[in-house]
Amino acid sequence: MALSGIQIYKLLPGGERPPNPKANCKECGFPTCLAFAMKLAAKQAELALCPYVSEESQTQLSAASAPPIRLVALGSNGHTIQAGQETVMFRHEKTFFNRPGLFLRVNAATPAEDMTAKVKNADGYSVNYVGMDLTLDGFAVDGSQASADQFASVVETVASLTEKPLILASEKADVISAGLKAAGESKALVYGANSENWEAFADIANEFKVPVAISGAEFEELADLTQKFKSKGVKDLVLDPQPNGIYDALSKFTQLRRLALKKNFRPLGYPVIAFPGDWSDDVEIGAMQSIAKYAGFIVLDSFTPASAYSLLVFRQNIYTDPQKPIQVTPGLYEINKPGPDDPLMVTTNFSITYFSVSNEIEGSGNKGWLLVADAEGMSVLTAWAAGKFDAERIAKSVKLTGAGDKINHKSIILPGHVAVLSGELEEELPGWEIKVGPREAVNLPQYLKMVV
Amino acid sequence: MPVDVPVEKWSGKVREITIGATQDQGGSRTKTVTVGGETTLPFLYFEGEIPHRPVIAVEVKDQKPEDWSPLLKQVWGDAMADPGTWAKAAEEKGADLIMLTFCLNGPDGNPNTAEQARWAVRQVLDATGLPLIVNGPGQAELDNELIVAVAEEAAGERLLLGCCEDRNYRTIVAAALGHGHLVQARTAMDVNLAKQLNILISDMQLPLERVIMDPTTGALGYGIEYGYSVMERLRLAALQGDSMTQLPMLVTPGEEAWKTKEAKVGEGIPAEWGDWNERGVNWEVITATSLIESGAGIVVLRHPDGVKRVHAAIDALTSGK
Ligand code: B12
Ligand code: SF4
Repeated sequence: MALSGIQIYKLLPGGERPPNPKANCKECGFPTCLAFAMKLAAKQAELALCPYVSEESQTQLSAASAPPIRLVALGSNGHTIQAGQETVMFRHEKTFFNRPGLFLRVNAATPAEDMTAKVKNADGYSVNYVGMDLTLDGFAVDGSQASADQFASVVETVASLTEKPLILASEKADVISAGLKAAGESKALVYGANSENWEAFADIANEFKVPVAISGAEFEELADLTQKFKSKGVKDLVLDPQPNGIYDALSKFTQLRRLALKKNFRPLGYPVIAFPGDWSDDVEIGAMQSIAKYAGFIVLDSFTPASAYSLLVFRQNIYTDPQKPIQVTPGLYEINKPGPDDPLMVTTNFSITYFSVSNEIEGSGNKGWLLVADAEGMSVLTAWAAGKFDAERIAKSVKLTGAGDKINHKSIILPGHVAVLSGELEEELPGWEIKVGPREAVNLPQYLKMVV
Repeated sequence: MPVDVPVEKWSGKVREITIGATQDQGGSRTKTVTVGGETTLPFLYFEGEIPHRPVIAVEVKDQKPEDWSPLLKQVWGDAMADPGTWAKAAEEKGADLIMLTFCLNGPDGNPNTAEQARWAVRQVLDATGLPLIVNGPGQAELDNELIVAVAEEAAGERLLLGCCEDRNYRTIVAAALGHGHLVQARTAMDVNLAKQLNILISDMQLPLERVIMDPTTGALGYGIEYGYSVMERLRLAALQGDSMTQLPMLVTPGEEAWKTKEAKVGEGIPAEWGDWNERGVNWEVITATSLIESGAGIVVLRHPDGVKRVHAAIDALTSGK
């Protein structure tokens, strides 16, 4: 947790006892050590500006400025996923930063064809949501029932099918070791360290430079284990607190996040891995909860497009920065290469709104001009209620984009929800015909068929 | 190594509110529903009191809604033709209470009438012993006309009447006051607006023990994050002692989710969206359960499979009690 100015001051030359002769020398550019300490606390200065900080103070200060939840990253060659370094309990307090990785678990004991199909299916899956292509993040290969050789061959197969990061799971160090060799370059997460096998896992972590996930049902046990790993030089850790139900998962994940953020409790300041299939009868609900409530890595047991789509969208929504609604740039958009006879429609620059409309027009094969007014990233009704989508603004963007010059019909279609604007818009755009479209974008293709 | 788990000591408590009245209490319900009473965040039994579980209301309309998703029309089938039959079916599918909402137009195509509203509420009251929420079609004047009629028709039943909005609350509050009902206070996803409306309502002498907040929400993919965060903020404010936010919350994830293209449309959609029915129900379930975890005491749903899954999740989440 961040130190206060006074706490920092005690670590600077001016705060040493007896005082360091360099105290208040001003070389840092501040009049006193205390003034400098205050700037450091406010994160408006860098410690390096003071040449006289003792080595011991430096260590303490850099430890204190380390994030309360360690950042752990997996994967290589452009397919990385990271977790940790979160700073708040609730997204409205700032934002959640690192979207938790969604992994699909495959059992090394399943028949080869089934497994190959499962991996291929999920690996190729990609769904477009408001202009973003969303995918799963990797695979967890479960080797709990496999021998070292079996595991190695399965991991090799999976690694040949996907470039995404892997989680390798087994409580047996030799099995994990064989798997890591087979996995090749990619930086996997190894899962399955516990109080019994931890030394062998620490050796593996050091040899292969991979992060380790450790399991323990009690926080005391987990904290002991992280300290043991730390003493062996292993810093990249992930926690599995082994919940025994969805309620227990909520409590434990909440407590871990609080311990890190509110108490700066380093021994448990690591990202959490969730296996909702192990503790929730309804895996989607378990995964939903893990996304909203503090997991860093989430391992799913089955994959269907409908399930993946809903979870990927939920993750996107929860991890949206509350200060910045997702927007598109205002302007005149061409859909399906329109010509001067094609209709002109107007909408707002909130991403969800823009894509609901443009996808409908595009998908139906209709051609059209879509004028995206600057409504400060708000939906049609929100912007209208907030006075950011009115006749004046629409008329302004018609003029700004020169939309009138691209068409030969001088008519514009309004969203049905803001039919009330048509009178005012007629005044703002003299000589134009104002048409009112349907309320919902789904009905737009049908409407366009009628008017065109 | 000892680990000292931080436990929050909140000073505030959410009001406990009961919907529905039994015969002894001046109504005719065989069951009542109580929500609220929490002294901590949802399901954190390790640090506070959570005396009541979240409940599920199932929405039924006074007439068959032609614009609903075909999946919903298919699953409710003929029951939709009559509000009583529909409510009975909803009870069988696990509803804890029924939300009756009125269509904008009556069966003859003209604006809906007080007569139709009285008839529909009577049908539902006769068909089921569950407590009832009743909402107008969302047009101020018509809402007032229909809800006043309902309040009279079901006097003493402790219905939850809605929606009170800042532009239109007086008539509904007066009807609730006059006939022993509760009101649903709806605001557009904003903490201050919610507080303001609660103040306006209590200024009319309706005790806050008879108000449930509806902070509105968006569906998964369509603004759920706003509803989710506003509910978290309202609940935190309540626990920190802000009296005007200490009310249970109701949201309508069923309506929001089943309005989306994902749930409503089965043809001409991308293959990546997957199976229509699975997707539609997922949309409702994820919207609803995430809102329960951010503080909802009542969720209004539309699909029986959604009801089943959300019920099971509530069972599992309250098992920590
Ligand atoms: C999310 C949301 C917010 C978010 C904003 C999200 C954003 N970036 O816009 C927040 C919380 C910030 C917000 C704030 C407010 N909101 Co608001 N909000 C909503 C909510 C829940 C969903 C809106 C949404 O995203 N819809 C999804 C998008 C895709 O819909 P859409 O833009 O309308 O697009 C659809 C159609 O219009 C159509 N369409 C779009 N373009 C076009 C173009 C053509 C040509 C055609 C044919 C069709 C078409 O297609 C789309 C899909 O069908 C609605 C309630 C609801 N459930 O609908 C209230 C709602 C819109 N908000 C409302 C209000 C009043 C407000 C506030 C003014 C409240 C306040 N005083 O604080 C503020 C205003 C903002 C401000 N002052 O800063 C009211 C508006 C009431 C009204 N009719 O006037 C609503 C309806 C809630 C309510 N029932 O009271 N809100
Ligand atoms: S450089 Fe600044 S902080 Fe360091 S001793 Fe001099 S005055 Fe103090």
